[in-house]
Amino acid sequence: MNRLLEPLADLGHVVLSALARLGLVGRFFLGILAVLWLPIRRFSLLVREVYFSGFRSLLIVTVSGLFVGMVLAVQGYEVLQRFGSAESLGVLVALSLVRELGPVVTALLFAGRAGSATTAEIGLMQATDQIAAMDMMAVNPMARIIAPRFLAAVVSVPILACLFISAGIFGSYLVGVQLIGIDEGAFWSQMQASVDFRLDVINGLIKAVVFGVAIGLISVFEGYYAPPTAEGVSSATTRTVVVSSLAVLMLDFVLTVWMFRGLS
Amino acid sequence: MTSNANPALVRLEAVHFAYDERPILRGLDLTIAKGEVVAVMGGSGSGKTTLLGLIGGRLLPQSGAVMVDGKNVPTLKRAELYRLRAKLGMLFQFGALFTDLSVFDNIAFPYREQTNLPEPMIRDLVLMKLEAVGLRGAAELMPAQLSGGMARRVALARAVALDPMLMLYDEPFTGLDPISTGIVARLIRRLNDAFGLTSLVVTHDLDSSLKIADRVVVISEGTVYRDLTPEEVRETDDAFVRQFADGLPDGPVPFHYPAPPFIDQLVGRHEQAS
Repeated sequence: MNRLLEPLADLGHVVLSALARLGLVGRFFLGILAVLWLPIRRFSLLVREVYFSGFRSLLIVTVSGLFVGMVLAVQGYEVLQRFGSAESLGVLVALSLVRELGPVVTALLFAGRAGSATTAEIGLMQATDQIAAMDMMAVNPMARIIAPRFLAAVVSVPILACLFISAGIFGSYLVGVQLIGIDEGAFWSQMQASVDFRLDVINGLIKAVVFGVAIGLISVFEGYYAPPTAEGVSSATTRTVVVSSLAVLMLDFVLTVWMFRGLS
Repeated sequence: MTSNANPALVRLEAVHFAYDERPILRGLDLTIAKGEVVAVMGGSGSGKTTLLGLIGGRLLPQSGAVMVDGKNVPTLKRAELYRLRAKLGMLFQFGALFTDLSVFDNIAFPYREQTNLPEPMIRDLVLMKLEAVGLRGAAELMPAQLSGGMARRVALARAVALDPMLMLYDEPFTGLDPISTGIVARLIRRLNDAFGLTSLVVTHDLDSSLKIADRVVVISEGTVYRDLTPEEVRETDDAFVRQFADGLPDGPVPFHYPAPPFIDQLVGRHEQAS
């Protein structure tokens, strides 16, 4: 082939295979939605997965939330007191956590802690024929294995985000009020007055749900289509974390623009 | 051919199958009668395992019919396919036990998923199946704690749990010690006769196949090369079957993977050609 055209052909190949993969993800997603009734009807399947991916992430999420809140309080106070409005610390911390940091950091932590584990588990089940065996037993693996794990992520991320936000606000209270000595009444009442339920809390929760969908889909997809080898499963696990993190950050931008544009 | 009196349970007609561009089966015809134990043999990559995929409906042929119990598998819709698969049992090469479930729960899995039986009855059924493969004492173990032979037997108990009409075995003897091989072979025959099953055993273990099979089907070049009884296999002087039976390294099945002449490669004449 003409040497000049080679990079162009490579580019075309990359674009085409990316599009093909995107199509595969889309079909896979529809396939999950079609069997989503099973983990809802057989609730124990869902509970088991929420336990493994959600409950087991509690410690990392709450501890991270606590420290993020504490750091926010220190940094926020440093800036706010220059303008003589240190009492607004509660507002600053609560809004940052509820709107952005809560859903985003929780999702990033969840992708690393639970998404990767889901990918590795499904990838190994695939490599050891467990999924094929189930399919041959006339039990649909999409309904029995994939859908509960997907739904568990969708359920877990918003709940974990709420806990992250609560831990974060508590952490900033510890540092801001107990340590630095901001007035406790001002800290809480300003926060209460400025955080809007629909605009801030609901939007934050919507973000968390969307991130849960993205991480759930990416982690089960990567596991299901992981090559049945040691390298295949390991690179699929890595890809889950990388792709989930990027997807969360990009989706966050899109959602933020959509939710908060033209407010001020 | 004692079995010709029985109606056919599985019939493959002129089946063509290829992975991407690489043809595996080229117009294969095969009939399996009810009650038979048929061993399918052939070199690695000859399409033995593909055959099981086609019968189980996990693979679709490019052309030809795969009739199982009177239904053409490639044309079935998902629900019909699952109804058919509920009557098939398959033993995977390394058992494919669910690693997060105990031995007991592995065997209980098909009952819990496919039936509405009460838990005490499931317990009795599972213990019966475990007793049949001699592993009732291992019910509470996890799959990781089992030896290869035990795992294969547990998988066998799970595969026959719902009393299938057709059992498919994918390399059931691979990686087993001689004792386990003998046990699994005897179990295949015994289960087949006791439960009135039909069995298709894909293997390259000729000794075991000769002991348990009614017919030995040798596949080569994507078609049935020979269809023999165990006695005929022992006596045949067909070079290909003999190579297989005696484990000769070279013969009709060449030792060397196709390659350009060695001397050419050594002096670098073929470097550019590839």
